[in-house]
Amino acid sequence: MAEQAFHHALKILNEVCFGCTHCIKVCPTDALRVSQGKARLILNRCIDCGLCMQACPVNAIIIEQDDFNNIFKYKARVALVPSIMIGQFPRHYSSRKIYSGILEQGFTHVYEVEHGASILREQINEYVATNPDIRPVISSFCPAIVRLIQVRFPSLVDNIMLLKAPLDLASISFKHELLERGIKEEDIGIFYVTPCAAKIAAIKSPVGEISSPIAGVINVDLLFNKVYTSFKKEEKASCIVPEKEQLRPEEMEWSLTRGEAKYIKGRCLAIDGIKNAIEFLEQIENGTAVNFDFIELRSCDESCAGGILTTSNRFLTSERLHERALKYVHDKSEGRIVNNKSIDRHKSFVEKQVRIGKIEPRSMLKLDEDMEKAMGKIKNIRKINKFLPGIDCGGCGSPTCRTLAEDVVQGEAKTSDCIYLQNALNCAPDKPEKAEDIWGKGRFDNIIP
Amino acid sequence: MMEFNFEIEGGDFTKAGMASSEVKKILKQLNLKPSIIKKIAVAMYEAEVNIVAHAYRGKMKVSIDSEKISMLFEDEGPGIADINKAMQEGYSTASEEVRQMGFGAGMGLPNIKKNSDELKITNLQGQGTRVQITTFIK
Repeated sequence: MAEQAFHHALKILNEVCFGCTHCIKVCPTDALRVSQGKARLILNRCIDCGLCMQACPVNAIIIEQDDFNNIFKYKARVALVPSIMIGQFPRHYSSRKIYSGILEQGFTHVYEVEHGASILREQINEYVATNPDIRPVISSFCPAIVRLIQVRFPSLVDNIMLLKAPLDLASISFKHELLERGIKEEDIGIFYVTPCAAKIAAIKSPVGEISSPIAGVINVDLLFNKVYTSFKKEEKASCIVPEKEQLRPEEMEWSLTRGEAKYIKGRCLAIDGIKNAIEFLEQIENGTAVNFDFIELRSCDESCAGGILTTSNRFLTSERLHERALKYVHDKSEGRIVNNKSIDRHKSFVEKQVRIGKIEPRSMLKLDEDMEKAMGKIKNIRKINKFLPGIDCGGCGSPTCRTLAEDVVQGEAKTSDCIYLQNALNCAPDKPEKAEDIWGKGRFDNIIP
Repeated sequence: MMEFNFEIEGGDFTKAGMASSEVKKILKQLNLKPSIIKKIAVAMYEAEVNIVAHAYRGKMKVSIDSEKISMLFEDEGPGIADINKAMQEGYSTASEEVRQMGFGAGMGLPNIKKNSDELKITNLQGQGTRVQITTFIK
């Protein structure tokens, strides 16, 4: 069966990449190799977490986005923005000013992604309560985490809750709202403003869903730069539009760490940062974290506030969102908030579409479909591994000595790609001291007879 | 047929589970069914932690062939005084110190039984314990 192609938002610019190997060392799924001086992405391993992009010293890894001018193909141009967008701006810019600034870029509507979170909160609680045999339930919120589980923890795929993310619910609801207002379907263009690569991949090739109602994707940094530049130039006197629909406090904080876990009944845990997530998934797999009802896992530190496309400091973004939530509570207590949310009117419509289909494991670790053959390969890997220095320098183009051994067995690399072996063989047997100066005494015992 | 051998240090909880993690990766490379990997992972981890919690030191030997995974855990330690009791859920002889680290809830052996096809526990006359776990993969 042919391997399904997965859409990846991360792209390597060959003309910029100089094969420095920084990226291959940070990838949590060993999805990068360097050969002929260029980094290469192994498509069915990449989970679009974006760590490689952060590690690249020359910005050779980018996130592909749709052409901004695509928005003008539509009459109703919706900017579907995540709540962390507001956190990108200095505090003296009000949310109304920021959203006016976004409209001035050519959009006709601004709608916040997290409007769907209240519905989701109820749905998750129901899901956890009605699936007592699934423990812990793992959130499907972060698409990088969903993909991480698919490729590295196939036995935990059934723990992922089969519910859509707020992004999907918001786009379904707002599209429905616009249709109700009499706008024709072909005139509606919903553009998601994304803080990360994983969300793009999730839209372009969704897991467990057929398709997404989103017309295109724009990166947070691009829109931020456009809006912030216009504020700096003050080329237009910003019209301040009234905020008709506001997020509720729990929705404002939904994409931050503990945003979900805080509102789910039972024993819950919130973990951010992909390394922390991997460590905990190992524990779930070992059966040592079964007494939890719900686990929120987010790939980025400080969750979406730390999304790789964000410009502001993640902690400041987080702080601003928490402040915004507090202000809402305060204003509400003083009767200053009239919140007429369209998604509340479309609740039953949205709820009917909240489920997603089965999520399939797609283990990247398998060496062969055939177990006998895989066993033979493991034996060879162990043999080759004994000759490798265990330094994990990445000089061969594979992230670790072990992955080099795996690549050799899979016919994708040669043992002699190891620069340590090259060095040792060049110096030995007449002058082993020179190599030992670098690598230490005794390192050559395996390879020099 | 493949064999993997690991040494397990008694009392060192920071390293508990490392051998199991290593084997788990191999099972994934062998493309075993996720449900079987999960069973083996749980049983193996419990048995490894049992050695860390109760014995001075031990060895873990994992043999894999096309039909089954056999895991042999042999430790030098006090042995299990009453195997029948130890098989009851909630029964534990773990010290307060061990319990405070989140281990020793008395679910170890029952959990291994639940997650294996065959389980044989032998008392090595006050010198240790031998635990043999088998899981069929076909």
